Amino acid sequence: MNTWHKLKWPIIALALVLLFNFIFSSGFFQVEIKNGRLYGSLIDILHRAAPVMLISLGMTLVIATGGIDLSVGSVMAIAGAVAALLLTKTEQPVAMVIIISLAVSFLFGVWNGTLVGLFGITPIVATLILMVSGRGIAQLLTDGQIVTFDNSAFEFIGRGALLGLPFTIWLVLFTFILLTVFTKKTAVGLFIEATGDNEKASAYAGVNTNVVKMLVYAICSLLAGLAGLIVATDIKAADANNAGQWIELDAILAVVIGGTALTGGRFFFAGSLLGATLIQALTTTILTRGVPVQWTLVVKALVIIAVCLLQSETFRRFILPRWKKVTV
Amino acid sequence: MSDPTHLPLLQLRGISKSFPGVKALAEVDFTVRRGEVHALMGENGAGKSTLIKVLTGVYQRDGGSALFDAHDINPKTPQDAQRIGISTVYQEVNLIPHLSVAENICLGRQRSKFGFLNWREIRRRAEKAMARLGIAVDVAETVANCSIAIQQLVAIARALDIDAKLLILDEPTSSLDEKEVERLFGVMRKLKDEGLGIVFVTHFLDQVYAVSDRITVLRNGNFVGEYEAASLPRIELISKMMGKELSEADFKAADRKEHQRGETPLLHLENVGRRGSLKPLNLEIFEGEVLGLSGLLGSGRTETARLLFGVDQPDSGTTRLDGNPIKLKSPRQAMERKFGFCPEDRKTEAIIPNLSVRENIVLALQVNQGWMRYVSRAKQNELADKFIKALNIKTPHAEQPIRLLSGGNQQKVILARWLASHPRLLILDEPTRGIDVGAKLEIEKLVASLAGEGMAILFISSDLEEMVRNSHRVVVLRDRKKVCELQGGEISESAIMHAIAKAES
Repeated sequence: MNTWHKLKWPIIALALVLLFNFIFSSGFFQVEIKNGRLYGSLIDILHRAAPVMLISLGMTLVIATGGIDLSVGSVMAIAGAVAALLLTKTEQPVAMVIIISLAVSFLFGVWNGTLVGLFGITPIVATLILMVSGRGIAQLLTDGQIVTFDNSAFEFIGRGALLGLPFTIWLVLFTFILLTVFTKKTAVGLFIEATGDNEKASAYAGVNTNVVKMLVYAICSLLAGLAGLIVATDIKAADANNAGQWIELDAILAVVIGGTALTGGRFFFAGSLLGATLIQALTTTILTRGVPVQWTLVVKALVIIAVCLLQSETFRRFILPRWKKVTV
Repeated sequence: MSDPTHLPLLQLRGISKSFPGVKALAEVDFTVRRGEVHALMGENGAGKSTLIKVLTGVYQRDGGSALFDAHDINPKTPQDAQRIGISTVYQEVNLIPHLSVAENICLGRQRSKFGFLNWREIRRRAEKAMARLGIAVDVAETVANCSIAIQQLVAIARALDIDAKLLILDEPTSSLDEKEVERLFGVMRKLKDEGLGIVFVTHFLDQVYAVSDRITVLRNGNFVGEYEAASLPRIELISKMMGKELSEADFKAADRKEHQRGETPLLHLENVGRRGSLKPLNLEIFEGEVLGLSGLLGSGRTETARLLFGVDQPDSGTTRLDGNPIKLKSPRQAMERKFGFCPEDRKTEAIIPNLSVRENIVLALQVNQGWMRYVSRAKQNELADKFIKALNIKTPHAEQPIRLLSGGNQQKVILARWLASHPRLLILDEPTRGIDVGAKLEIEKLVASLAGEGMAILFISSDLEEMVRNSHRVVVLRDRKKVCELQGGEISESAIMHAIAKAES
């Protein structure tokens, strides 16, 4: 009931976008099977949304503690750079490449968590440090060059398919289930929500709020690293300058559309995934409709403003009496 | 038209207000005259706050009439209410801490010239407003640096700065010590003589009788009656509020019973202190005993509780648990030793507002079990239902966010949180502050029975009557120092006051 209430507007918005496409874009809902793999706009939306979805899952936890992580884009760039270097400069097996680049991402998350949790630095400032310096680190690693690689096993992450669906979609699904189990079948979810809702009271009830914060930033960075690998394999290269640029904004937006309040407390993974899907569906729709590219951001912004306003109770109270007056 | 001065200042007739599933107010009458202090009394859920919110435009009434200053009124917002002369000062002072007294008083109503503020005028206006209350204070001082009492008076000055005719004081005294309360009462009497109508909401019966002319009692959203304070005996007031006959003797029924306390102290503090917050003191706490910690506000009661629970760390002395020295660095370490702590400030330190009653109850237990051993949902439901029943927590269901409960019921949930984790020592810092008489009695009864079952209880309260009624032993603090310890028959209100007074001379 509560969940539905939170998810109502993003679901309606997504349904409207899909309806629009159903009417105006022929073949939008077509799904074809080629070489045992599904193709179509719907599949493409989910596949394209995967990096934002993964990050938004981590961001959901960070925001639930009342924090924010601006450094996810830079961590993506770092993860991509580390993987590209290992693939081109060393003989490490693919599994090790993945593990090392994810471990590096995780450690950067621990760094964020230490600044926020242990030293009490405001999250926006603490993660801004890594947002700026992280991209610098990635550029240092790649010498400012785009490092290309060619490794079909590694590229499976972003380009492979499993049971007909892009592997990225499976990654999102798997992460979603794993995180849901991790937070809802243990006390982690309760501690995160309690910390975000009233940190002082949680500490007085014995919750180790510092560890809770470390944990969420570490998870968020880890998932950013994974998203970084997807993006890198997608273009078969590490692009330290552009990988993950501004993705933190899409991720934060997805979380907010999904019903998790920026002030912390209750969180909704499904909502964040829905939010990320909505953002990508809009982008894809705009592109397939042949709207001039320069309009993309404006149209996206308008739809998102509409969703956010409809979620605002104050706005609804403000607008509803007028509606009624008009209809009477 | 009749002459408006013959009409009461405020006349509410047959006010009704419903919320989904609840009738919060049913045909309530409320009359305030010019130049009187009118106490609005009632238990949890009596409808006091709903009535005040209807009066101040936070809610709109469903039915009934409201006559204010000879005009029909129906304020739609608190600003509406202020404009017609109804001002409110809430329990939690709503000031902006980092601005000056003057800025707080004039905030949002300052006149500006070409967008520039006339600071001299703001200052003068603030000085005039404070002088009206007979308070000498530097209006340039930052509010955060003022005592709570001064802050309260600043809030009143702010409320009066617009030409208020009716002033509503909602629990204004709950954070004040006796002297400060006296000062507030002085201000209230002065304003009353100026012809203001004052609505006074409080849980302190003494204060009702000290300052009120008339009392209106509500119960379960119904109007019980309006009485002259002078001709309504205290015990009758209580029985009207509770809706049952209650004799003075019953009220003392929880009187000190024989108790079985342990041989050796559970907790023994030797010269434990912390610079700037508590001078070194010795304290013994036994199992099966309610140890009262008494003293004026700021005397070091809360500071002692915080040291015991590991919120703050002492910088001198040794603490022994069962004879073994311990050092607590965090509340979690205190919990590992089976301590529990209901802090003084329920709203900021105890409740997790948007989480459910169930989640608020299981939190401490879950912390003790660790994050891996999740208390199963079935067990959680069982615990929540058990405590809702046992402590008579009034909530529609266990999934209700705790912030929607009344203060007394929130406090019971916090008590349940600790009881669920089976503590050996339970520290209760002002557990009955700001809650109604019924819930208060229930909590007191619970404290006695917990001690009877062998729990050690440290009971902190500024209510002397309650302190005397519930404690087996009382330690009196003054100026962050232990000044005396009273046992058994020695404990009385006058003995405690004497101890505080003697030390002060």
